[in-house]
Amino acid sequence: MTEAVRKPVLAVGPFHPLQEEMEFFQLTVDGEIVTDIDVRISYNHRGIEKLSEGLQFDQVPFLVSRICGICSASHPLAYVQAVEEIAGVEPPERALYVRTIINELERIHSHLLWVGLAGHFIGYDTVFMWAWKYREPVLDLLEEITGNRNNYGNVKVGGCREDIPDELVPKMLKELDAIEKKTEMLTKAVLDDPVIHARLKGVGVLKKEDGIKFAVTGPTARGSGIAIDVRRDDPYAAYSDLDWQVISQPEGDVFAKAVVRLLETIEAAKMTRQALKKLPKGPVAVEVKEIPPGEGCGHAEAPRGETFHYVRSDGGNRPVRHKVRAPSFVNVPSFKASCIGESIADVTITLAAVDPCYSCTERMAVVDGRRNVIHDYASLLQMSRAKTTRLRKEIGAPEMKLEDI
Amino acid sequence: MNWKLWSLKKSIWVFHVNTGACNNCDIEIVNLLTPKFDVERFGIKLVGSPRHADALLVTGGGTRQAAVRLREVYRQTAKPCVVFCMGACACGMGIFEKGYHMAGPIDKIVKEVDPNAIIAYVPGCPPKPETMISGVVKALSAL
Repeated sequence: MTEAVRKPVLAVGPFHPLQEEMEFFQLTVDGEIVTDIDVRISYNHRGIEKLSEGLQFDQVPFLVSRICGICSASHPLAYVQAVEEIAGVEPPERALYVRTIINELERIHSHLLWVGLAGHFIGYDTVFMWAWKYREPVLDLLEEITGNRNNYGNVKVGGCREDIPDELVPKMLKELDAIEKKTEMLTKAVLDDPVIHARLKGVGVLKKEDGIKFAVTGPTARGSGIAIDVRRDDPYAAYSDLDWQVISQPEGDVFAKAVVRLLETIEAAKMTRQALKKLPKGPVAVEVKEIPPGEGCGHAEAPRGETFHYVRSDGGNRPVRHKVRAPSFVNVPSFKASCIGESIADVTITLAAVDPCYSCTERMAVVDGRRNVIHDYASLLQMSRAKTTRLRKEIGAPEMKLEDI
Repeated sequence: MNWKLWSLKKSIWVFHVNTGACNNCDIEIVNLLTPKFDVERFGIKLVGSPRHADALLVTGGGTRQAAVRLREVYRQTAKPCVVFCMGACACGMGIFEKGYHMAGPIDKIVKEVDPNAIIAYVPGCPPKPETMISGVVKALSAL
């Protein structure tokens, strides 16, 4: 028999009740055990990098905050840092603190959102309702500062658009106390729950070596014992002035990732309080007149990991090239290491554990318009290899087998 | 009033379709189910299949890959149904209007399948949960 035995395949997506976004997972199963996984993305590709080249430097933050609604403070911050590197601008100190506060509030709401969804995925809706209820005051605070519950649009090249009014500070401190107390209660309740222990411990283990191999970032890496954090390793905004710790757990399972996120939430509340107390006086933005030719990089620790922006300017008023690398782009391939060998029932929570965000990730789509064929990664790879073989024949190079490479 | 429309207005079940949104409208829709807003007390429920749904909550501007799926989802939905365009992208593609990968806006895609589709628009980036509730109430009372 030349043809291999066809394995049963379980398709999840593109529209699936468990997923907020469109993505397609193809699980090859042997009974209840997953033996292979294939991910097909790019349903959500919107061409942001190209759109950004048609906008002015000042307009781009509004576009990049819509890369992902949940990381809508981190993406503009990384972009603005890249442009500030080109222009050689130092934003005023108060702006740095305001940026830190908004980013940490965003981290609190994003991590609580994840904890809730994780509870929902394992069929524990009480956690879902609790976590999302405790998240509401954070959104209200953000709305009071920036005018919007999400998509803050608060950073601009040279500083911040909106200042935190001094009268708001006591209210924020009070709210933060309440948020921290509730999160601590939630953390204790979640970590002591025998059901959650039984359901999450030892599930979807991403070993430290695998994590390094797949170059994962953010809580996914810190849950596997890789203690990396841009906020500590290359401090930006006001992080170097604050007293805080990088949380990491060595186990690498879903439980470890949950612990990392919950403890980071409490840490973020502490950092926000420190930043509010230290908030220096002064202006919140400096004027930037011209962006000279050059290129710059900026990165920030989004709730999901490191987000990286590269901007090139030719001296005009628009970026000539803008490249984004979002954290889920490196976290998603780690499913290959963490899902294989799990049972189907555990796959959903393993997939959810990296908090994948497809609206950030989708940078590439190859669409053959005439024949309406959409190539996936495997067929692209095959096409690329076939072309190499053809070219080799044309130039008369000795034939090479795949095993030799 | 048509009895089908009359029965549609009671306790609508919704199916959420993301056609290339930035997640913002999506998390606000999920927010509607949580204790602060809790739309389930009005009988509004998020269901897992378009075949069970009375209304589609569409977010995002409709990318080329999503447009094909959106038409399929619309065909599967029990008629009559209401299509709610949630957010600026769904109403008119918003900031992504000039993107090369956009096939929207949503009303255009849906009307290719059914020219008489009932479509309601809730603008905002993202619309606040209160706006969404108000939009649904206004659309249903106009039916």
